[in-house]
Amino acid sequence: MDARRAVEQAARDSYGRLVAFLARRSRDVAAAEDALADAFRAALETWPQSGVPEKPEAWLLTAARRRLIDEARHAHVRAGAVPTLLAVADEARELAGTETRFPDERLELLFLCAHPAIDPAARTPLMLQTVLGLDAARIASAFLVKPSAMGQRLTRAKAKIRRAGIAFELPDAEELPPRLDAVLDAIYAAYGRGWDDVAGADPRRQGLAAEAIDLGRLLLRRMPAEPEVQGLLALMLHCEARRGARRTSTGRYVPLSEQDVARWSLPMIHEAEQLLMAASRGCGTGRFQLEAAIQSVHARRAVTGQTDWETIALLYEGLVRLAPAVGAWVGRAAAAAEARGAATGWALLEAIPPAAVESYQPYWALAAHLLDRMGRSEEAAGAYSRAVGLCEDPAMREFLAGRARVASGQTASVPGAEHEP
Amino acid sequence: MNYTLLFYLSPNEFSARSDPSKRQAFWGSFVPYAKALRDAGVVVGGAGLQPPDAATTVRLSNGQRQVQDGPYADTKEQLGGFFIIDVPDLDTALDWAARYPAGAGGVVEVRPNLPPME
Repeated sequence: MDARRAVEQAARDSYGRLVAFLARRSRDVAAAEDALADAFRAALETWPQSGVPEKPEAWLLTAARRRLIDEARHAHVRAGAVPTLLAVADEARELAGTETRFPDERLELLFLCAHPAIDPAARTPLMLQTVLGLDAARIASAFLVKPSAMGQRLTRAKAKIRRAGIAFELPDAEELPPRLDAVLDAIYAAYGRGWDDVAGADPRRQGLAAEAIDLGRLLLRRMPAEPEVQGLLALMLHCEARRGARRTSTGRYVPLSEQDVARWSLPMIHEAEQLLMAASRGCGTGRFQLEAAIQSVHARRAVTGQTDWETIALLYEGLVRLAPAVGAWVGRAAAAAEARGAATGWALLEAIPPAAVESYQPYWALAAHLLDRMGRSEEAAGAYSRAVGLCEDPAMREFLAGRARVASGQTASVPGAEHEP
Repeated sequence: MNYTLLFYLSPNEFSARSDPSKRQAFWGSFVPYAKALRDAGVVVGGAGLQPPDAATTVRLSNGQRQVQDGPYADTKEQLGGFFIIDVPDLDTALDWAARYPAGAGGVVEVRPNLPPME
């Protein structure tokens, strides 16, 4: 393997574990990242000449240790930090010299990032940066935030961790549930950013979905009996299983109900179902289990050829009670419309507070569809236009515009209407 | 808080606005976008601009006026229009910018406005 690729491989395999190891001991995430960045830089300079070391992780740890010692010498202002940093350096040296693989403490790092003292808007980005090593510019693009603002948000969060001396430990049983919720939310938010990028064509979000699934697996390995952890991973796998079916070969949007089930990934669906089954044996139904169960009913179309909308509507009923949010309200209305008719769905849509949906595209797309089915074509046209105007994704925009043209009966005259799936 | 969304268009996109074979596709997605902005109640003002070849630039140096044909900035993408929107924060303004139905190579610059003068 050439040296450059070896460095990249080491970064992929070990970055999060190295940061976690160093940060846990120094209680200083930023210093750990800096030291490690230096170590990787040194590796890029040294390995092409001297060859790839036998234990790349140990080599990197030693290099990072050197940097931490320098840091300790120069950190006169933060005198208190010196002994800690020197202790870290010693431990790092010991570990580097032994045969034992150094401990995987990424989970502690995840929970640290989800600490209630940290700005909620910074939690997911912080995880992506510290555990997965994504840079601030990429995170900013994925979250549609000004890069300099994202950089500051991350810097502030790390400063807070250091100054407040937030404990780098798994929370105890009492504190665990809210912290776990924050970790799950953050992983799912990362997945959502990756999910929007269907084709994997957007370099800003490339691999974000896969990275979120990795975090889910990491969490599951350490908390194998936690139903919501199983639920979240099942949910992500069910969604991910459909990636290949969400666009035609020419890039056009395909709605879930029209997806070719042959293009779904059966191994992922199978794994998701196993997880969901295990979760149902645990105690307590949570938001992610319900959402995964909804996706599981959709997945059954691969076997039965049809969708059980009544069950989906029931599951959404539960979801709306457990975790009320605009997405769940709209999902419930869509399922009710399929199960019990457009008017029922419309009544549920109308009950959503208008302020919550002003710029929520799925609401307008569903409203247009239901108004059209009820023969209220003028209102449908207005809603379609609103939905089209709120789209970010060109494929979705083209799909909705096509629907709008069919609904208004102008299919013959408008170029592009033949693209209507 | 007011932000200005500045839409920069390539020569191709400028021609798509008026070319009979492309204009329907261009306006077909732009009009709903503008309508969604207005329906959300965030629009303070804005305008579409004629292409850069319709621009005239006036320079003033040492009391001398210099009038030139064409736009000020000699760049491939040129300002094609703008919206001033009133939204709570930059993130919301960026959301609206991301919904701009640009063809290939569309660029939206988002700038916070200075507070109004007394």
